[in-house]
Amino acid sequence: MTARGADGRLPWWATAILMPVLNVAVALALSALVILLIGEDPVGALGTMVVGAFGSGTGIGYTLYYATSLIFTGLAVAIAFHGGLFNIGAEGQAYIGGLGVGLACLALGGWPWWLALPVTVLAAMAFGGFWGLVPGWLQAYRGSHVVITTIMFNFIASALMVYLLVNWLIRPGQMSPESREIDPSLFLPKADEMLGALGLEVANSPLNLSFLLALLACVAVWLYVWHTRPGFALRTVGANEDAARYAGIDPKHVIIITMALSGGLAGLLGVNEIQGVQHRLLLNFPAGLGFTGIAVALMGRGHPAGIVPAAILFGALYQGGAELAFEYQTISPELVIVIQGVVILFAGALEHLFRPALLALFARRGKTKPVEA
Amino acid sequence: MTTLPLAAAQASPAPFAVELVDIDKRFGPVHANRAVTLRFAPGTIHGLVGENGAGKSTLMSILYGFYQADSGEIRVRGEPARISTPQDAIRLGIGMVHQHFMLVETFTVLENLLLGHEEGPLLGAAKARARGEVEALEKAFGLEVPLDAVVSDLPVGVQQRVEILKALYRGADVLILDEPTAVLSPPEVEQLFRILDRLRAEGRTILLITHKLKEIMAVTDRVSVLRQGAVVAEFDTAQTSQQAIADAMVGKKAVLTLDKAPATPGAPLLSVQGLTVVDGRGVETLSDATFQVRAGEVVGIAGVAGNGQSELLQALAGMLPFNAGRFTLAGTEVAAGSGYDAAKARALGVAHVPEDRLRLAVVKAFPAYQNAVLGWQGDKALGGWKLDWRKVMLKTAELMERFDVRPRAPSLRTSLFSGGNQQKLVMAREIDRNPDVLLVGQPTRGVDIGAIAFIHRQLLALRDAGKAILLVSAELDEIMALSDRILVMCGGRIVGELPAAEATEQRIGSMMAGIAEEPAGEGIRA
Amino acid sequence: MADSLLWLLSLLDSTARLAVPLLLAALAGFYAERAGIIALHLEGKMLAGAFAAAATAAVTGSAWLGLLAAIAASLALAAVHGFASISQRGNQVVSAVAINTVALGLTAVLANAWFQIGGRTPNLPADARFGEVTLPLAQSLSGVPVLGPIYAELVSGHNILVYLAFLLVPATAWVAYRTRLGLRLRAVGENPSAVDTAGINVARLRYQAVLIGGVLCGFAGAYLSTAQGAGFQTNMTAGKGYLALAALILGKWRPVPTLLACLLFAFADALQTRLQGVALPGIGQVPVQLIEALPYILTVLLLAGFVGKAVPPKAIGQPYVKDR
Repeated sequence: MTARGADGRLPWWATAILMPVLNVAVALALSALVILLIGEDPVGALGTMVVGAFGSGTGIGYTLYYATSLIFTGLAVAIAFHGGLFNIGAEGQAYIGGLGVGLACLALGGWPWWLALPVTVLAAMAFGGFWGLVPGWLQAYRGSHVVITTIMFNFIASALMVYLLVNWLIRPGQMSPESREIDPSLFLPKADEMLGALGLEVANSPLNLSFLLALLACVAVWLYVWHTRPGFALRTVGANEDAARYAGIDPKHVIIITMALSGGLAGLLGVNEIQGVQHRLLLNFPAGLGFTGIAVALMGRGHPAGIVPAAILFGALYQGGAELAFEYQTISPELVIVIQGVVILFAGALEHLFRPALLALFARRGKTKPVEA
Repeated sequence: MTTLPLAAAQASPAPFAVELVDIDKRFGPVHANRAVTLRFAPGTIHGLVGENGAGKSTLMSILYGFYQADSGEIRVRGEPARISTPQDAIRLGIGMVHQHFMLVETFTVLENLLLGHEEGPLLGAAKARARGEVEALEKAFGLEVPLDAVVSDLPVGVQQRVEILKALYRGADVLILDEPTAVLSPPEVEQLFRILDRLRAEGRTILLITHKLKEIMAVTDRVSVLRQGAVVAEFDTAQTSQQAIADAMVGKKAVLTLDKAPATPGAPLLSVQGLTVVDGRGVETLSDATFQVRAGEVVGIAGVAGNGQSELLQALAGMLPFNAGRFTLAGTEVAAGSGYDAAKARALGVAHVPEDRLRLAVVKAFPAYQNAVLGWQGDKALGGWKLDWRKVMLKTAELMERFDVRPRAPSLRTSLFSGGNQQKLVMAREIDRNPDVLLVGQPTRGVDIGAIAFIHRQLLALRDAGKAILLVSAELDEIMALSDRILVMCGGRIVGELPAAEATEQRIGSMMAGIAEEPAGEGIRA
Repeated sequence: MADSLLWLLSLLDSTARLAVPLLLAALAGFYAERAGIIALHLEGKMLAGAFAAAATAAVTGSAWLGLLAAIAASLALAAVHGFASISQRGNQVVSAVAINTVALGLTAVLANAWFQIGGRTPNLPADARFGEVTLPLAQSLSGVPVLGPIYAELVSGHNILVYLAFLLVPATAWVAYRTRLGLRLRAVGENPSAVDTAGINVARLRYQAVLIGGVLCGFAGAYLSTAQGAGFQTNMTAGKGYLALAALILGKWRPVPTLLACLLFAFADALQTRLQGVALPGIGQVPVQLIEALPYILTVLLLAGFVGKAVPPKAIGQPYVKDR
C-alpha cells in the first residue's frame, strides 16, 4: 500500500518527507477549519497544543508515553501492509496482548521487573499474536477477508475482556471491573526514575522503559522486513502473490506469520500500558491507540524511520489535545480523532491526489530524468 | 430485423464502410500508431496482421472509442465521425468482440445482451422484446446460443458467439474481432469462420485482428500489415502468399534460421511419465504427457494456445499441482501429491522463465536487484540471516552487463524497465543459475526484434553447455528455429513428435489441429 | 399462555425495532457493494447521520428537517468515499476507515462544542422525534385471540422509518432484479469492462450506487437518534455499521437473506437484555457477553465457509482502470 506508493519518478525525499508533511498540513488546516466553525481561535488552539505537548517535562513525557504505544501499533499495521494485509484489528490484538501481560504479572508475583520483562514481552506477543494469527489463518486457508475478520475480532476481544474482568479477574469486593494491582516489584522503571539514577532531574510522567522497547522493535522490524529472507518473502507476497508462488514462497505461510507478528507487535502495547503504567488489568486500556496505529503507519509510509516521528506527532496530538480540552471548554479531545481520520484519508486513500502536481512541478524544474519505459 | 443500420448503408451506398485517415497515437514514449490510413469496403472481411505490439489492438480500440487518437480522422459510411466513447461507436454501428470477453459471467446470456441496450427503465418488457429479436438474429446468422443459460456455464466458443450476437443485437454492421481464435479449438475455429462467411454474405464488414497467417489466407478478402505502429503493406488476399505477408510483418526476409550447431544430446535430464492435470472444474487440461528432454537439446512444444502447454510448464515448475503421473529430475522422482513446489523445483536444478513474465517472474514494485534474486532468495551465498544486498547489487550489475539490460541501473524500480529489458533480466537470472533443466515459455513475447536474436543465442548457448531446455512458444517460427525436437500438443495431449529436420509448418499445423500422425514419445526410462 | 405470548411478542417487537438501523445500513451497503465499492464506511455515514438528525431536530424541533440533515451529512461522506474510491482509485478500505474515523471524531467535537453536555445532544421532546404510528383497527382488533395482539403489538405502533425500512427490502429486490439500474449496478460490480464496452459510464454508475447508499444511511442515522433514541451520544452506532456489513455478507449480497441476517442479529440483541441473570434449563446462565458477541462470531464462521460459502461481487474493491 503506502510503501509501494512510490513509483520512482519523484526524488525519494519528495515521497518520504514532502508528501507526509503535505498530508499533515492538510489535516491541520481542516482541523483549523473545524475550530473556526466552533468559534474558537485556531492559532491560539495550536499554541496551546504545542505548549501542552512539548512545553514542559511532563508534557514531553506524556507525548512520548502515547508515542510508545503508537509505535507498537503503527509497526503492527505497517508490517501487515507490507504483506498486503490491512490489519484493522490492532486495537483488539493490543487488548488481548495486554491480557497476556496482566496474567503474566499476576502470576509472577514478586519477581524483579527485569527478570519478568522477557516473560511479559513474550506473553504480550503470544496473546496479541494469537489474536492476529487466527484471522491470518482464516484468510490463508478459509479465504475470509482479514479486514472483516479483524474488525469482528475487535468486538469479540472487547466482549471477552468484559466477561473475564467481570466474572473472573475482578478484585473481590470491588464494584468496578478491575483486577488487583500487580506486585510493585514488577513495575517497569519510569523515565524520571531511570534518568534520576543517572543524576538527571526530569518531571514525573508515565513515560517508562517501554519506550526503549518500542525503539528496539523498530530496529527489529526494519531488519526483518528489508534484510532477511522471511522479510523478502513477506514483501513479495504483499506485492504480488503469483510471483511469490513462482519464487517458491508459500503465501499462506507468509500471511499467517505476518498476521501473528503484526498482532504480536500490537500486543506489546500491553507492556507499556499494563506493566508500565496502569499496573492492573482494566477495561478499554488500548483506548483507540490501536486504530490510531493505522494513521501512524500510513503517515510513516510503512517504514520505522517514518513511524517514530509519526507516532511522536500523534502522541503530541493526544497530549496537546487533552490540554486543549482542558483550556477550551468547547474543544473536546476527540479533535485528535478527526485529525487522525483526515491523515488516513490523505496519506492513504487519496495518496495520489498531490502526486500529479508534484510530478509536474519536478518535471518543470527538470530535476528528474524520465526513464524510457 | 428491418431496423438494422444495414438498410441505411444500402440506401446511400458509400464506397467504404469505415475509413481511418492519418491516425496517430502515443502512450508516453511509445508511438503506438503512426499516421495509419486504412479503408474497409462494406461486405468484406479485412485482415489486420502484425507482430505483438505492432499497434493493431490500439488502432481498433480507437475505432471503438476506447481511446482517442492524438490526430487523424475516422469516417463511417463516408461521413466524418467523432468516436469518443464506445457508446458513439455502437451508435454508428460498430461492434467489437474483445480478446478477453466483455461478459458478466454471473448473468444469463439474455441479460448480457440487454446490458446497455435496455430501452427503458424496466426490464420485463425489454426482455420479452429482446428475446424475439435475438432469436431472429440467431436464425439469420446460424449463431446458436441458449439465451437463459448463465454465461459462466458455457464453453468459450459459445461465449464468443454471445459476444458476436451482442454486437449484432446492438446493430453492428462493422464487426471488429480481436484475436478471436486464440482461445478456440480447431472445430470451434471452423464454426467461427462459417459464421463470419455468413455475416459477409449479409453485407456486414468484418475487421479481423490476428497474427495467424493461415487464418488470414482462409477467410479474408484483403489484408493490411502493421509494423511498429505503421501500415507497411496491403494485399488482396487472393493475390498474395503467406510468405509475402510474413516478410512484410517482420520487415525483412522472414527467415528465422539461427546459426545453430547440430545437437549432441546426452542422458535424459528430465523424464516425464503420464503427467496429468485436472483443473478446478474437473476438466483434464493436461492428459498423460510422456516425454524426455536430454542434456544438450531443446525440445519445443507447439500448439494452439490453451491446449495444455501452460499447464505442462507450470506443473513441471511446481506452480500447478498435478493429479497423476510422475517425472524424474536429477535422479529424483517426483510423484503427484508429493508437495512439489517451485522451491523444490529449483532445488532439483530447474530454472523457469514463465510465459506470463510480468505477472509471475518479477515484482514490479521492487528495485531490479531484488528481482535478480527472486526465486533464488534461499541461496546461502546471499548472506547469513541478514541478506547481503550490496553483493546482490554488484552481481546484478554484472548480469545487466552480460545480458545487455538497459538501463544498467540495479536499483531502478523494475516497472521502469521496458518489457524486453525485464525479460532479459529474468533470462539472465535464470540462466546464470546454470540449471540442469530450463523451462521457458514465450521467451520473446513482447520483446523487440533486436533482443529476440540475443535471447535465442543465449538459449542455444545454454543448450550447447549440455543443459536441457523445454520451450513453449506460440510462435511456430520460434519453435522451429530453436528446437531439436518438436512435440505437438492438442486438447491437453501430446499428439505428435517430429525431429526438427523433418518439421514443416504444414506437418506441425495439421498435428496442432488434432490430426495425430505418430504416437508420442519413445521408450521411457522411469 | 397469554403472558408468554405477550413476552414473545415484546421480544419480537424489540427485534424489529433493533433490526431497522442494521437493515437500512445493510441495504445501503447492498447498492455500493453490488456495484463493486466496498461499504466499510456505513458506520461513519450512519454516525454522521445520527448526529446531524439529532442536532437539527434539537435546534428546529422538527424530526423531518433532522432527517433531511441526516441524509445530507451521510451523502457528503458517501461523496468523499466515492471520490477516493472511484475518481482517485484509492484504496477503498483505507478510505472507509478514514471516513469512519473522521465521523467518530467530528460528531463528538461538534456535539460537545455546540451543546456542551459531554458530547451529547439535548434530549429531544416527543414532537421532535418520529412518533409511533397506530395502524387502523389496532385497538378494535386487539380483542381477537392471537392475531389481535400480534397486529396490535408487533405490526402496529412503530414509527414511520420502521415501515419504510421493511418496505425497502422488496423495493430493493425489485430495483436490483427488475430494472435497468439494477441490471447495470450488478454488472458493474461483476465486470466493469463489460459495462464500459457496452457504452455505459462506469464511474457515474458507481457514484449513483454509493450515493443511494448515502441516502439510506441517512435514514439509518436519523432512526438511531430521532426515532429509536431521543438524541445523539458519542459513538452511538457502536459498530452497527460493521454489523450491517456483516449481515450483508451473511445474506450473500441478496436483499431477503440480508433482512433475515439483520433480524437474527437484532434478535440476539433483544434476547441479550432479557437473558441477563436468567439461568436456562440444562445450560445454566449464559454469559451476556457471549450473546453480545454472537453476531461477530457468526460472521467470522460464515466468512470462513463454516456456514455456507459467500461469493462476493467479482470486481469488489478494485478500482476500474481501462485496460488495453
